[in-house]
Amino acid sequence: MRVDVFVKLSRGLALAALLAATFPAAAQRTAAEPGAAPTVAADPQLEADVMELSHKLRCLVCQNQSIAESNAPLAVDLREQVREQLASGRSKGEVVDYLVARYGDFVLYEPPFKATTLLLWGGPVMLLVGGAGWLAWRLRRRAGELAAMDGLSEAERRRARDLLAGDAKPSSSESPESRS
Amino acid sequence: MKAKFLVPLILFIALAGFLAFGLTLNPREVPSPLIDKPAPGFSLARLDDPARPFALEEMKGQVWLLNVWASWCVACRQEHPLLVRMAQQKIVPVVGLNYKEVRGDGAINARGMALETETALAIERARRWLSDHGDPYVLSVLDIDGRVGIDFGVYGVPETFLIDGEGRIRYKHIGPITPESLQQVILPKIEEVRRAG
Repeated sequence: MRVDVFVKLSRGLALAALLAATFPAAAQRTAAEPGAAPTVAADPQLEADVMELSHKLRCLVCQNQSIAESNAPLAVDLREQVREQLASGRSKGEVVDYLVARYGDFVLYEPPFKATTLLLWGGPVMLLVGGAGWLAWRLRRRAGELAAMDGLSEAERRRARDLLAGDAKPSSSESPESRS
Repeated sequence: MKAKFLVPLILFIALAGFLAFGLTLNPREVPSPLIDKPAPGFSLARLDDPARPFALEEMKGQVWLLNVWASWCVACRQEHPLLVRMAQQKIVPVVGLNYKEVRGDGAINARGMALETETALAIERARRWLSDHGDPYVLSVLDIDGRVGIDFGVYGVPETFLIDGEGRIRYKHIGPITPESLQQVILPKIEEVRRAG
């Protein structure tokens, strides 16, 4: 967890450095305009929280990216909302609720557990339990079949014993001629 | 026992059926959680008279459409003639929500632009666009920073919301309105809401 946040933080810093290098004008603007909202929060802990939360939220424009990864205008706006609301002291849960109220559960990468997602969450468990049950049933049935196959007569048992002892005459099917 | 060899085939057909159904769905259309909920309140400057704010409550008692548009939005041009025709036939009042007129335009670098400059530019651009393409709106309001858009769960332009007399969102249309969607979905919905209200 600690490492995770660290990686994300360093990634964010690297990105910020890259952006600052690519768009020096943008960096100057933030410095020149105290009124404008900065793109990165001054408090590193807050920025880490913003990035952590942003990675869990889907960008609705480019649906396979989180709002942390996407540069779509809406993702930038939503990131700004997350930053602003966390800075104003709202909890992460409240910020998530704010976005879910507007964009629905789809905005969450991890869908909540409720009646409509029962199959989604329960499906793998059902498959596992069902598969294990089926396997157990098959194994037990096969064990029963094997037990039922052990139906040798007394004469066959005696002959098997003699064969194992090595003093029985080979039967016709085991004659060397037919084996070749 | 004999039909056992059919089991994989049946499983395959069932899977193919699910996948084929999945292909008919549009992942770009995210159902809005705001349906049947009160529309988020807002008060924004009117395009025709920026000194005058327009609030949601002013439409109380009417069934109306809130159409999200912008002059940089290409798909809006596609649905615009239809909106103009609807306005001529006085089917339903349509309020325009001009969404991020300046900063939404990828061709303009609005970063660092003062809000007054941005607003003035937005008004100029939006008015010019409406005079070029026709103005189907009873009025338009300016959502300069897109904040009201976020409150409405807008994630692309155009989007159209059907709002009833009590200010509840009853339907959301994502993407440009087409003659088919108008005839088959939107007009029947308007009728339904009117009858209920």
